[in-house]
Amino acid sequence: MTEPKIQIRDLYLRYSDGKEALKGVSLDIQPNLITVAFGPSGGGKSSLVKVLNRLIDLSDVDEMRGEVRMGDLNILGKDTDVVELRRRIGVVFSRPIPLPLTIFENVSFGLEVAGMRDKKKLSERVEQALREAVLWDEIYDRLDDPAASISGGQQQRLCLARVLALKPEVILLDEPTSALDPVSTAKIEEFLETAKKDYTILLVPHNQQQAARMADKAAFFLQGELVEYTDGESMFINPRDKRTQEYVQGRFG
Amino acid sequence: MRRYPEPKESRFGITRQQSQKIGFSFIRLISLITVLPILGIIVYIIVKGGSHISWEFLTSMPSDGMRAGGILPAIVGTFYLMAGTALFSIPLGIAAGIYLSEYAQDSYWTRFIRVAIISLGGVPSVVYGLFGLGLFVLFCNFGISILSASLTLSIMTLPVIISTTEEALRSVPYRFRVVGVSLGGTQWQTITRVILPQALPGILTGIILGLERAVGETAPILFTGATFYLPHLPSSPLDATMALPYHIYVISTQVPGMSSGVQYGTVLVLMVFVLGMNLIASLIRSRARAKRQW
Repeated sequence: MTEPKIQIRDLYLRYSDGKEALKGVSLDIQPNLITVAFGPSGGGKSSLVKVLNRLIDLSDVDEMRGEVRMGDLNILGKDTDVVELRRRIGVVFSRPIPLPLTIFENVSFGLEVAGMRDKKKLSERVEQALREAVLWDEIYDRLDDPAASISGGQQQRLCLARVLALKPEVILLDEPTSALDPVSTAKIEEFLETAKKDYTILLVPHNQQQAARMADKAAFFLQGELVEYTDGESMFINPRDKRTQEYVQGRFG
Repeated sequence: MRRYPEPKESRFGITRQQSQKIGFSFIRLISLITVLPILGIIVYIIVKGGSHISWEFLTSMPSDGMRAGGILPAIVGTFYLMAGTALFSIPLGIAAGIYLSEYAQDSYWTRFIRVAIISLGGVPSVVYGLFGLGLFVLFCNFGISILSASLTLSIMTLPVIISTTEEALRSVPYRFRVVGVSLGGTQWQTITRVILPQALPGILTGIILGLERAVGETAPILFTGATFYLPHLPSSPLDATMALPYHIYVISTQVPGMSSGVQYGTVLVLMVFVLGMNLIASLIRSRARAKRQW
């Protein structure tokens, strides 16, 4: 067993409106695998994603305790450099949200705010990231067009590319294909399959088929609790917990 | 396209479409009536003052106790006042707008600031004039000067610039801020690189409208910087200056035997000034709207 990339212990999170999003979740996320966090909405998957790269700081939180570690880094630490953390743990959201800039600038933004000024280096990294996200061939001749001018599927791969440009260690994807057509969805999934050898991937799938397709490891979340965490195959073929069985067989959710 | 069901009944012997037409015509007529006085004023001033506008009128000093000659010092003075007001109110106003929109938590303190800004916008302009007299002219000892008048006009303009800046920033979707931060940007980097450029047209519009109001005001400069007559152009910020609105007041009430041509000509210049700025503001707005991606 390899050393887990991210260790989560007894993570509890309550928002200011009183909602308990996570009720003591413990989970090890393994490197170079796709970990799928699935379950009915309101289960705490999105909250977990937000905690991992501290975007949760932008929400109104009443109480957050527990421990989240990536190697030596205490992710929830008060003194943790969240800017640096977010470069190491990138996130792709459920809807493609290109910044109102050009295609190029969308990818270079993260590099520039990190202090990269050299134009040549920037364009190298941008090209590299766009190639990695399998988008380069489609848009290499209009890098200076507004990012909103390309299709939704391309936009989402652009959002992926701008995360990749930062060479993160972990990629979080919160229902990344929920706004996409099947062809675009397939492209993202193909990317994830090949990319997992280089990254640690946490995917919140937008339906159960995707969960079953993609999961190396699967975590079933229900109302803020981690009900079951096991290999992808056993999860969908032979779940142990009764609630997982019912959900996987489509009896609720 | 959505189809509405056919009307089932008619009242007063007309169909619903007909009664809608009548209603719309009525509304159109009313909106026309509200525009008429404005058009009337503009046309009247152009007719009465247009013939008096000449290169000489715009570029020479007044003569014969302001009854003849040009209005150059008033035009230049108005420019100076506008520049001075812009210098103070734009940086301060934008900074305050950014603070209120992006950084301020919802607390009693920020609520107090907002209420203060709104109330500041409702203060009569003559009160600003007296305030400026007390603070800048007397207390700070800037005297009756362009500096004092600009500062006074800045205080009057600030609420407009602050609230339009805040509005413009707020109208930029929140999700861009989340994305900027998620890519390792600091809040400030995200604001300056992504949010502010999107809000800029709105901010510019606010600035122009605020300055335009300042330029047209008489009361705030009455006690703080405007002078009846100046034989030369002001040479330092501590000089008093002539200005278009005050000049109009002077030549309409204080100078016996004034020709109405000079009066209307001066009014026309001020009006073109103000309407021109208004037009620029609208152009910026409509251009930005056409280019906007969200």
